[in-house]
Amino acid sequence: MADAALFEFLHTEMVAELGAHHSDPGPGVSAGVWGEKVGSGGGQKMSLSVLEGMGFRVGQALGERLPQETLAFREELDILKFLCRDLWVAVFQKQMDSLRTNHQGTYVLQDNSFPLLIRMASGLQYLEEAPKFLAFTCGLLRGTLCILGIKSLVTASVASLPTCKFQVVIQKT
Amino acid sequence: MSRQANRGTESKKMSSELFTLTYGALVTQLCKDYENDEDVNKQLDKMGYNIGVRLIEDFLARSNVGRCHDFRETADVIAKVAFKMYLGITPSVTNWSPAGDEFSLILENNPLVDFVELPDNHSSLIYSNLLCGVLRGALEMVQMAVEAKFVQDTLKGDGVTEIRMRFIRRIEDNLPAGEE
Repeated sequence: MADAALFEFLHTEMVAELGAHHSDPGPGVSAGVWGEKVGSGGGQKMSLSVLEGMGFRVGQALGERLPQETLAFREELDILKFLCRDLWVAVFQKQMDSLRTNHQGTYVLQDNSFPLLIRMASGLQYLEEAPKFLAFTCGLLRGTLCILGIKSLVTASVASLPTCKFQVVIQKT
Repeated sequence: MSRQANRGTESKKMSSELFTLTYGALVTQLCKDYENDEDVNKQLDKMGYNIGVRLIEDFLARSNVGRCHDFRETADVIAKVAFKMYLGITPSVTNWSPAGDEFSLILENNPLVDFVELPDNHSSLIYSNLLCGVLRGALEMVQMAVEAKFVQDTLKGDGVTEIRMRFIRRIEDNLPAGEE
């Protein structure tokens, strides 16, 4: 069975490689979907959506492999708790640190020491880089939710490494 | 009670599949990004190399193996310690060249290719080529220049997966000028 460290190494290399490959300069400055400042073009946005898309497919695949009993959730909140506990432990060997909701379809999942940000200096030094390290995981959450029957929009924000927040907004069909 | 047990098993299963699934998503993406299989192979090798040069530190820290005295020891450590630690499998070491500078790693099953089938239009793709880069990068950090390549692949219909490892030369530490 593949060691957890392998995923981390692979993820870091994917961010570096896909980030470089998918950076094409476009006109203007915009605010990215991820709340970050996108510089001289849509380059970063493109690589973020590539990473997010990969995470989405992996999240779906992980979700598809869950046995039926695990999927017998009663409520939306149960599903979010599942993500915060079981999914997070499986992927990051720890649970999410906090889950908050407005009970109207928006959830904020906070991880105070997100493993994919841990290796970078804590604080504000790498704030601009952080979104690249969160995109895959946002997709992962969105993909697993999708298989569990929930359409969502997942974004992440970092105020100070290694703490980050994942915002899940349930999309009503 | 049983819900707790289920939770543990599910986490473990998901965890072991995570790397395999992520690797699959990566190869799929690279096939979209690059026009031909050769370029994807090169990219996988390069990425593997970058991973290998960092992975070696993790390996040395966690495995407590000492310095290998020769290529045979290196082969054993790769197969019995490294592959076991990271991929949970123990390939066998065979087909030594008479000069002792080449050997094969035989993988009965390759965890990377669980759930994978190669489509017809990707017959030149070396799906697991990341592994060759990892081996090359990791060994370079311990002063060995090697070549690693797949010579058999279950994805292509072979009975086993075989990686051929060739020792090229020892990399001497380069001292800055003026220091002896």
